[in-house]
Amino acid sequence: MEARRIWGLAAVGTLAGAFSGLFGVGGGTVIVPLLIAFYQYGDRLATGTSLAAIIVIALLAAAMHGGFYGNVDIETGLILVGPAIVGVVAGTAIQQRIPEKAVSFLFALILIGVAIEMMVG
Amino acid sequence: MDIAIACVICLIGGVVAGLIGVGGGVVFVPAMTIFLTKGQVEAEATSLMMIALVSVVGTWRQVGYGNVNLKDAAVIGLLSPVGVLVGVVVANSVPERALRIGFAMLALYMAWRLLKRVFAKDPDDPVSPEAGPEPLADPGPPR
Repeated sequence: MEARRIWGLAAVGTLAGAFSGLFGVGGGTVIVPLLIAFYQYGDRLATGTSLAAIIVIALLAAAMHGGFYGNVDIETGLILVGPAIVGVVAGTAIQQRIPEKAVSFLFALILIGVAIEMMVG
Repeated sequence: MDIAIACVICLIGGVVAGLIGVGGGVVFVPAMTIFLTKGQVEAEATSLMMIALVSVVGTWRQVGYGNVNLKDAAVIGLLSPVGVLVGVVVANSVPERALRIGFAMLALYMAWRLLKRVFAKDPDDPVSPEAGPEPLADPGPPR
């Protein structure tokens, strides 16, 4: 992997982490549009790669919250994660059956919603 | 009953996560604060644990569909802790209102870039005027 690409991706990771630390939003909100806009990723490749990157971000953040501050309610998390996992399997399957641009359109709508919430909330 | 509603909302959060590649925390956190009366910090921390597990399964599915660039994901994921630290420092030194407006502007810019791409004409599309007319069949030598 060339150095310029590594630095660019490092910037994406840093920005995703920064917004995660600032607002408690998932890094995906930042990673997906940046990969599409600046790395010519296809919509599905961007969302899949984002999910893989989020594993590391969420694990570290959850470990810090749980390990240092004891904020993680493991029992509730394990109850709720069951249906969430069923959902993500369904979501990824649905994604393969809809036009790729529909994913971008959906993401743009969610970004607009997040922007409104940030300004009004 | 409340836990059942929270489960249904988290199911929807999982679908959103799979569809658009985010962790789903935007949905998980309110499910816990509203229906299970968890505090904001506890909900966010528990949501992060859920996001990690949901992302593992989501990634496994997307690898199967051929939609993951593992090298790029590793670089982004492993360098994100630097950003988390930067974020925490910035959050403590810049007024929250300015941060929220800054993030809103970034989100709108990203939305604009995505929408521009969605509605751009595809040069490979034969219906698109940019693609030009279909080449005519060779009529053969004049008679």
